[in-house]
Amino acid sequence: MNAFLHTLTDNWDIFSRGFVNTIKLFVVSGILALILGTLLGAARVSPVPALRGIGTGYVSIIRNTPLTLVFAFLVFAAPKVGLEADFQTSAYIALTVYTAAFVCETLRSGINTVPVGQAEAARAIGMTFTQVLTMIVLPQAFRTVVPPMISVLNAMLKNTTVAAGFSVVEAGAIQQYLSERSENQMYGLVWVTIGFLILVGPMIVAQRWLERKWKVAR
Amino acid sequence: MEGRPVSSVLYDVPGPRARRRNLILSVLAVAAVVAAIAWVVYRFWQTGQFESLKWQQFQYTAIQEQLADGLLNTVKAAATGAVLALLFGGFLAGLRMTGIRAIEAPATFVVELFRAIPLLILIFFFYYGPLTYGLHIPNFWALVIGLTLYNGAVISEILRSGIASLPRGQSEAGLAIGLDRGQLFWHILLPQAVRAMLPSIISQLVVLLKDTALGFIITYPELLYVAKQMGSRLSFDLPYVPSYLVVAAVYIGMCSLLSWFANWLSKRGARRRAR
Repeated sequence: MNAFLHTLTDNWDIFSRGFVNTIKLFVVSGILALILGTLLGAARVSPVPALRGIGTGYVSIIRNTPLTLVFAFLVFAAPKVGLEADFQTSAYIALTVYTAAFVCETLRSGINTVPVGQAEAARAIGMTFTQVLTMIVLPQAFRTVVPPMISVLNAMLKNTTVAAGFSVVEAGAIQQYLSERSENQMYGLVWVTIGFLILVGPMIVAQRWLERKWKVAR
Repeated sequence: MEGRPVSSVLYDVPGPRARRRNLILSVLAVAAVVAAIAWVVYRFWQTGQFESLKWQQFQYTAIQEQLADGLLNTVKAAATGAVLALLFGGFLAGLRMTGIRAIEAPATFVVELFRAIPLLILIFFFYYGPLTYGLHIPNFWALVIGLTLYNGAVISEILRSGIASLPRGQSEAGLAIGLDRGQLFWHILLPQAVRAMLPSIISQLVVLLKDTALGFIITYPELLYVAKQMGSRLSFDLPYVPSYLVVAAVYIGMCSLLSWFANWLSKRGARRRAR
């Protein structure tokens, strides 16, 4: 038990550096993915057929590509066409581009769960587009979108570990550093797992709670 | 849905003015995308990505065989992982329906745990963990075990919600004719849940197939690993871009096919239910 604790305390520098960067990757890419995903989602539900097509095309390409491939392309292939970026920036871009597709899908399916009759009734009583959107559709869609959106972000948090395979120092890379210091890797991995459980746990609890709280609404 | 004028939640069926505006916006959007693609292609051309030297190696049989081996390794890991994940998922779902708290609680814990750990860390556990104790698990099995545990946990959740969606009469009728809980699960609930949930299960298998690419990080010689090898050949002027484009096409092709199958199944299911 003592040796197990010492794995953490003796290497606190690596653990803190790793997890701080994991959180950084999560926050920056998360915000960017929400922005890009919302734009794509808006394109997918827009009345303009070409925009819908672009959204659909993006989602079906990215959703069928492994995240590791997106990373590999940015790190190894992009510099060959003169798009040089450091590993950290590549990780931000890869996570954003990949997660945006899932954000877009979640938004679209959320909006689609609002019955058409709701909006038709609103238009029939003379509400404008903005009124329909902000007073009728979005409040209802919000309830169905938020819980799965937390899942999407949760998946992204776990996906940040892929960056470890591409020279980014984050929680997934802690094990490599421990092995260089010839520390017990099993203990190290258990500590990394505990770290992730601490980060992921509250998100899962929040998601379950919101799901239950808002379920009665329809 | 596509093509025909439809009333959506967000907007009414477009009239003549809206149609004209949509057409203009369509043209602008297409122009923007074409311009972006043209810029990428120009960039590729400018940096010599289309030079024949960079693509030459794909003509050699040895290279083609190497690519085929990578594909085979990817499919092998995905297929083994899929079979084991389905078995493990079914097993966990069964445990969680035993009605015995002492069994259900640990099973639930296992499901939650494997879903919360990043898959790569799970794979590391089986690849690097045993090294501490002088043991060695081949990278193929480390990858497959990781895929099995994570996807098995997700599939058990899918099966459970499938079973929950069945009419209660199914369980009641089963118990009424004297089946025990095991028989009820295997003969009545599971077959129906699998049928209802087949599209979700296949979507999860697409995720599993994509996640085999994590094998690259523990040097399992799958497609992505082969692509890196091909890309790093100096004698072909470091053809990273061609190699990754080829491999991306293979991944997108395989996954799209599976996704399309899942979609087809769910549409067919919806039609059947409607009848």
